[in-house]
Amino acid sequence: MSDIHLTLKIWRQEGPDAPGRLQTYASGPISTDMSFLEMLDVLNERLTGEGEEPVAFDHDCREGICGMCGAVVNGHPHGPEKETTLCQLHMRHFKDGDTLVIEPFRARAFRIEKDLVVDRSGLDKMITAGGFVSVNTGGAPDANAIPIPQKNAEEAMDAAACIGCGACVAACPNASAMLFVAAKVSHLSLLPQGHPERARRALDMVREMDELGFGNCSNERECEAACPKGISIRNIARLNREFLKAAILSDED
Amino acid sequence: MGSIGSLYRSSVGKKSIMAASGLLLSLFLLTHLLGNSVSFLGRDAFNAYAEKLHSLGGLVYVFEIGLLTLFLIHIITGIILYVENLQARPARYSVNTAEGGRSWGSRTMPYTGVIIIVFIIVHLLNFHFTDKSVPVADLVRGLLSRPPLALFYIVSLLAVALHLSHGAWSLFQSIGFNHDKYNGVLLKGALAFSILVGTVFILIPVLALVSRSFLL
Repeated sequence: MSDIHLTLKIWRQEGPDAPGRLQTYASGPISTDMSFLEMLDVLNERLTGEGEEPVAFDHDCREGICGMCGAVVNGHPHGPEKETTLCQLHMRHFKDGDTLVIEPFRARAFRIEKDLVVDRSGLDKMITAGGFVSVNTGGAPDANAIPIPQKNAEEAMDAAACIGCGACVAACPNASAMLFVAAKVSHLSLLPQGHPERARRALDMVREMDELGFGNCSNERECEAACPKGISIRNIARLNREFLKAAILSDED
Repeated sequence: MGSIGSLYRSSVGKKSIMAASGLLLSLFLLTHLLGNSVSFLGRDAFNAYAEKLHSLGGLVYVFEIGLLTLFLIHIITGIILYVENLQARPARYSVNTAEGGRSWGSRTMPYTGVIIIVFIIVHLLNFHFTDKSVPVADLVRGLLSRPPLALFYIVSLLAVALHLSHGAWSLFQSIGFNHDKYNGVLLKGALAFSILVGTVFILIPVLALVSRSFLL
């Protein structure tokens, strides 16, 4: 449609231990039909042509489902639009002349690799600690052999919508990963297949989360508001419930 | 087993201890509120109420120790959580914008907490570690008719109300109680509770300041 011109202030940092700074760029003409990442592509094309180092940023599917992209735009993880990943954020939501401050997700547990790229492997470590079900191989079970109430299936599916992007950590004033852990614990504890390991899972995932240096949840509800998949903090209450039940009543430790 | 120790080492465990101690402190506040409300019935009723409380003897002592323990648990755990949360994000954002989840109450929890600690110390010096032979009605009038102290009480009690506006809902979330059927009621209930507590408590310094007949 029409083109807009933006002032971009982008966090540039050469490596994990290098000092970083915000650097200002003029965007040049940007089509409002572009996605946010395409806007960065345009900038990088130009920077490369000028012999400058392009801005490093994470991305993969660009369809809002892989969880790879993400940066903080004017203080909002994934930008100002609700329930939208950065790759699905379109430039028509910005006005000509806007200034955009683009920073990486910040948390002690998320090391900055370069520019906007952060190491979110802590999220994978928490999944490895307990975010799974152990299923023996063998003959395929009959479909519908295990009855699951429709509501549970829906709620488990809502929790499973988490794409593991880390926006909840980025948005949390305490850099807590509770919404991420809560989504996985809820997803699995709502389904019968997750029941055998539910106590172990809650204890191990919370322990791993604490050891990785994420903050504590103080129920600020910022994660829920920032989550591109709209995951509810009701899941955090469920995680608290699962954890306390496991810590106080179960034989696991 | 050491389950209490391991509970205290975990983030969720510490939050549940904050919630449980916060709940008990809120209940104490509610009884304190009811006690204070007796002052609206007049000087004699209020003095008689204080006399009755003091006559409980050893029970008061046990209650005070319990209350002090609760406060210490709540304060120490709160400080640990606050420091851990600061450490969890060593590099701050250049632009901080709320997503719409935070409230005035939630974002000021540590600061209102500090105001409450200072207030409790002053409050105890005023009414607890003092000459108990003076009738309580005279004590209240004597202290709270002084504008600087009355103002300090009013500001501190506003901090208490703000602290409760988040805490009274948050404690249910922390112990895992959040259900579609009740969450709306809990959110509104916490707000109503904080407004009620704030209003009734603040009414006393306000009355002592402006009313000529209060507690006389």
